[in-house]
Amino acid sequence: MKGKTGSFLKGSEFYLLLVIAGLSAVLTFTTENFFSLENLFDVLVSYSFVGILAVGLLVVLISGGIDISFTATATVAQYVMATVITQHGGGWGTAFLLASAIGIALGILNAVLVHHLRVHSIIITIATLNVFYGVLIFVTRGKWIYNFPDWFASGFSLFDFSANDGAVYSLSLPILVLLVVLAMTGFLMNRTSVGRQIYAMGGNMDAARRMGFRLFRLHLFVYGYMGFLAGIAAVVQAQIVQTVAPNSIVGRELEVVAAVVLGGASLAGGMGTLFGTVLGVALIAVMQNGLILLGVSSYWHKVVIGLVILMSVSITAYNRKREERRHAEIDV
Amino acid sequence: MKRNNLLELRNISKRFHGVQALKQVDFNLRVGEVHCLVGENGSGKSTLIKIISGVYTPEPGGEIAIDGVPQPHLTPAGSIQLGIQVIYQDQSLFPNLAVAENIGISQHLEPGRRLVNWKRIREMARETMSKIGVSLDLDRLVEQLSIADRQIVAICRAMATDARLVIMDEPTSSLTRQEVDALFKVVRDLQDKKITTVFVSHRLSEVMEIAERVTILRDGVKVGTYDAGEMDDRRLAYLMTGQEIDYSTVTEDFNREKAVLEVNNLSKKGNYRDISFRLHEGEILGITGLLGSGRTELALSLFGMNPADTGQIVVDGETVHLTSNQEAIARGIGYLPEDRLTLGLVMDQPVSGNLILTILDKLLNRVRFIDGEKRRSRVTRSIDDLSIRVSDPEDPVNALSGGNQQRVVLAKWLATRPKVLLLDSPTVGVDVAAKTGIYDIVKRLAAHRMGIILISDEVPEVLHNCHRILSMRKGRLVGEYFPHQTSEKVLSQKINEG
Repeated sequence: MKGKTGSFLKGSEFYLLLVIAGLSAVLTFTTENFFSLENLFDVLVSYSFVGILAVGLLVVLISGGIDISFTATATVAQYVMATVITQHGGGWGTAFLLASAIGIALGILNAVLVHHLRVHSIIITIATLNVFYGVLIFVTRGKWIYNFPDWFASGFSLFDFSANDGAVYSLSLPILVLLVVLAMTGFLMNRTSVGRQIYAMGGNMDAARRMGFRLFRLHLFVYGYMGFLAGIAAVVQAQIVQTVAPNSIVGRELEVVAAVVLGGASLAGGMGTLFGTVLGVALIAVMQNGLILLGVSSYWHKVVIGLVILMSVSITAYNRKREERRHAEIDV
Repeated sequence: MKRNNLLELRNISKRFHGVQALKQVDFNLRVGEVHCLVGENGSGKSTLIKIISGVYTPEPGGEIAIDGVPQPHLTPAGSIQLGIQVIYQDQSLFPNLAVAENIGISQHLEPGRRLVNWKRIREMARETMSKIGVSLDLDRLVEQLSIADRQIVAICRAMATDARLVIMDEPTSSLTRQEVDALFKVVRDLQDKKITTVFVSHRLSEVMEIAERVTILRDGVKVGTYDAGEMDDRRLAYLMTGQEIDYSTVTEDFNREKAVLEVNNLSKKGNYRDISFRLHEGEILGITGLLGSGRTELALSLFGMNPADTGQIVVDGETVHLTSNQEAIARGIGYLPEDRLTLGLVMDQPVSGNLILTILDKLLNRVRFIDGEKRRSRVTRSIDDLSIRVSDPEDPVNALSGGNQQRVVLAKWLATRPKVLLLDSPTVGVDVAAKTGIYDIVKRLAAHRMGIILISDEVPEVLHNCHRILSMRKGRLVGEYFPHQTSEKVLSQKINEG
């Protein structure tokens, strides 16, 4: 089976795992709270949102495109969903259906523009990011939404258990949704024809066209799926923070791009695995969490993340060079 | 033996924006034959292929029949369904996917299929490979394969869909002799299975080797279809170009007294061993050998890019230690790389910019900016000297034909006025007429007292254009030949043995 998924630990994933393990070890000894169930679950919950978006972006990157607009998509979906359930009521079904439908609609708009204008998707989605977000701010005048119904505030959870410290932990909504999204996307990309066509298209678009792939449909699917996950992530984020602020999500898109690229996905398309993406998000999560626990000023967080990305990219580039050199010697 | 026609084209014409690409061409293919389609660049070969594969529709009056059934509205999908598969020059593979998935990719496109049956895809790949008698690791990514193996994957993919006609566009242009042999074996196996192959090629000697029939196109008109048996490459070249090609050996003399390059006991571990030779002023020295014989590595050492471990290089009487190409250029050594498309030119930059790339420092004015006047005169002179066909020097290089691109690379190096010029397979992928042009240039340069090393695995090329030929095998020099004392047959035997 397995194209890229075959080798469980590819080089870059192995290094990532090593870095995460090293970082975790250091943080365990230098901070009081890093190595605790409480902190682990906190980090899991707060990064589930980034994780879900990263999975969606991974699919877009594999297809050979990129989407920057997903934070605006998520914001629009979140605002409409929150308005409806605070004013008209409803349940989890309403929330998820509404948010994902709006996400899919905006994603499809991206797909149509990307496919028909034949302009690089980074330009298109930067433009739609501004349009989606601008329209939302204009219509809502930036008003926040708080008064969520009780069911939305309490969320839901599975497998409650009490730890030695007396606190109760459980798989809460954000964690559950993240796990479902991971499983679903894993199945999609490795087991369905559509998923494999997306890999193929990202590897060689011209060849896909000549083979008779329906590229427009694939584009609709890819950007629609990104929008769908942006909608899902929007509900999760609203549930965690219990407020909807139009400006709380937009601006985080580069953090997500960084996580996916750290995880080994290529901006050139055709490459990337779910496991790598999970590791990429984990690295960013551990880093930011560690910096907070160490009491480092938040202004330094971005500097550190930037440096880690540079380092990781350098290691990958160095390895590729070494690989090429080895090949060259065999050829002689 | 009379065989049925698989495909018949009658009275096919095609015009693009007023340019007549094909004019009333008749063409037929028999079941199970190997048919070569030859012609220079722009002769209409690819237009014809695209008409067969349904990408272009012929003008009214043209007829296409497959198995005797008229196909007035052939589409790409329809043509694939009728068993026509085209292997494009770039192979159209998915580099990021494994061998098995590339071969079985059509499975993903089957109507109604939603889930991937990995077992079926692997079986399909294995079956197809055994059908044509090859074996590759199913799990290797295609990007890790050699060009030849990729070619095999492309063929397998075509075969996996029950192809009856496989059209290969320039399949050998980037293959070595051994790889070509392997490919030919596959083509013969296809023939045994009654599968028709159309071969589009520039390499006339190969065409003669594999084809049963040859169709020649010139300027969009069919010159004729001939049995390969009644053809030889001279006649073929004549029919393709309409000109007699000069097949004499080099007669101009060179200065035997003065060596411009002397190589003594040069060795590099894993590359080549104990290489010694002299190159004289005005001499064209051929170096030939299979890929992996160390010829390219040696050339790179002489150009400073692959420094030797031991031994001595003497340029113009002076011992030099070359550790970079800048040093080599400064010592008067020029290099025309094997893959002119990636190494020799900045493809999307203007012709003029490429021409002056090696001599920027000579064009500077007092404030160290590039002097517009000097630049212009330099560019005009280069274009005239080498008769590069370009409508505007500011056109990008990739708008030129292969032969003209080659001249631009040559001009670029000539501007540095080298004493020694290394040419590595200068005519790969270039058609007959353009080749002749390049050979003329090479001879002209030699007449200007430049010493030239011509590396090539095409025997006729070294035989007709060199004063002397050295052959390499497994990193060693194993023979020295003089063109007037040897023949093509003897020489190719020597090179391919062992």
